[in-house]
Amino acid sequence: MSDLGSMLFVFVLATFIGLGVIRRVSRLLYTPLMSLTNAISAIAVVGSIVVTGADHPLTIRILGAVALFASMTNIVSGFIITDRMLKMFKKQ
Amino acid sequence: MSHFVGELSAVIATALFIFALNWMNDPKTARRGVIAGVTGMTVAVLATWVQPEIIHHGWIVAAIAAGFVVGVPLSRVPLTAVPQRTALSHAFGGLAAGLVGTAEFFLWTGETGGGGGGAHLTHFRLSALFIEVILGFLTFTGSLMAAGKLQEVRWIPQRPVTYPGQNFVNVGVLAIAVALGVLLVVNPTAPWARQAFIAIAVLALIFGILLIIPIGGADMPTVISILNAYAGLAAVAMGFVLDSKLLVTAGALDGSSGLILSIIMCRAMNRSFTNVLFGAFGKAQPALPAGEQKVWKQETVEGASQLLEQARNVVIIPGYGMAVAQAQHKVRELYDALTKRGVTVKFAIHPVAGRMPGHMNVLLAEANIPYSALVEMEEINPEMPQTDVALVLGANDVVNPAARYAKSTPIYGMPIIDADKAKTVLAVKRSKNPGFAGIDNELYVQDNTWMLFGDAKAVLSDLVKQFGSGGIH
Repeated sequence: MSDLGSMLFVFVLATFIGLGVIRRVSRLLYTPLMSLTNAISAIAVVGSIVVTGADHPLTIRILGAVALFASMTNIVSGFIITDRMLKMFKKQ
Repeated sequence: MSHFVGELSAVIATALFIFALNWMNDPKTARRGVIAGVTGMTVAVLATWVQPEIIHHGWIVAAIAAGFVVGVPLSRVPLTAVPQRTALSHAFGGLAAGLVGTAEFFLWTGETGGGGGGAHLTHFRLSALFIEVILGFLTFTGSLMAAGKLQEVRWIPQRPVTYPGQNFVNVGVLAIAVALGVLLVVNPTAPWARQAFIAIAVLALIFGILLIIPIGGADMPTVISILNAYAGLAAVAMGFVLDSKLLVTAGALDGSSGLILSIIMCRAMNRSFTNVLFGAFGKAQPALPAGEQKVWKQETVEGASQLLEQARNVVIIPGYGMAVAQAQHKVRELYDALTKRGVTVKFAIHPVAGRMPGHMNVLLAEANIPYSALVEMEEINPEMPQTDVALVLGANDVVNPAARYAKSTPIYGMPIIDADKAKTVLAVKRSKNPGFAGIDNELYVQDNTWMLFGDAKAVLSDLVKQFGSGGIH
């Protein structure tokens, strides 16, 4: 188990990377940016998989399965609609 | 070995996510970002799935399949509905965080109750868990409300709903939830722990609804961005709870994106976070201290098309009215007709035009308007005095000159597109009522402004027909 310090360390560094990268995102693309980051943050899916698939009591696994469904919906719809929107941006 | 697989995949997925966002800095490379994102996600999911503690594979397959069944149709909504889809996806993200947090809490306290280790119950992880659950559930109901308002669901009021003591009630509900959380962190094994936990979840769900009730449509770009940041932070908190660096990183990327967008949106409205969340925009407005009652002048489609044809350059200023009327394809036809006649046409995009960040850009791109013609507010404003015709298309507050001086209005100080400085202004407006913010727009009664009343799509159709018929010379 990682210690608290290294987790906070990761969080702070990731936030700075995020701020740096997002600041450079083209203003044209804010809507697809939002759907893309939304799909990426659905990485919560890994937590849901553990809660759903491990040997837990039934009620816990039901909570996990609903969470897994919600995350998966975001992943699928988020990536597809992002690509759909990005395809439309043409220079000429 | 499986531990190593997990760690390695997390590093790979993190790197791919950062690349994905990095490629969004240019429309030319942006689609690569989606591929990187999908790859990172697939790696992370597979690496988690093959861990030895995962035994109920059927459940996972079923939940993933259900996600596809709902997710695919959600990705095919018309682009005018993208704001509500985005709000809905924040709701799903919040729900997932809230539910996983709930599951973890009952697992941990269950272990302790059964004489188990209780090793999970450190103050820090418990605090992270309560932050996860509160943020997750309030994002869930708040985003559902926002999606409902955007979709114009009948039983959700569109206009801001306010009542005396509203902020006091809202803050109170949140404060009780936080206080219960603190009590539980100090005392996680108390006999009332589970009841208190459920109370926290319910209070967070209620708070999310209360938070969005007083918010009006014009504030939606900011609110959606703030909810985006909350959803990201909920994922970060989940990462702390589950001890997953991958989750912390991905959540932080999402959270910082939401934060930056919120700041940009707030700046574009000259308002603060607290003012957006607690300031109930769009309530009854005091009438402008207008000395004399001016009236607007109406123009015919024929006259308008002549004005446009005689112009050398035209700036089109789209707003939510264009989205409501689904008029973007007609805009394209007008754009074609004008450029064919040698008129330079540009689009002036205000950061908060529409109902979410970047809304206008996506709609115009859908209509095949090249993105080189889409110009940001700061870049177009210096050109406005040399512009022959400014065509205001369903935009209102973002072109209201009152923002420059009328301190009594909520739009005071908001940067606007200087449509009023153009030589001639043509404003297409659905009705003669004031805009969403409920403020009179003096642009419409300026000497050089001509109004075209009607649905944006219908008006544009008529305009394009004028050009097509060659009825003008």
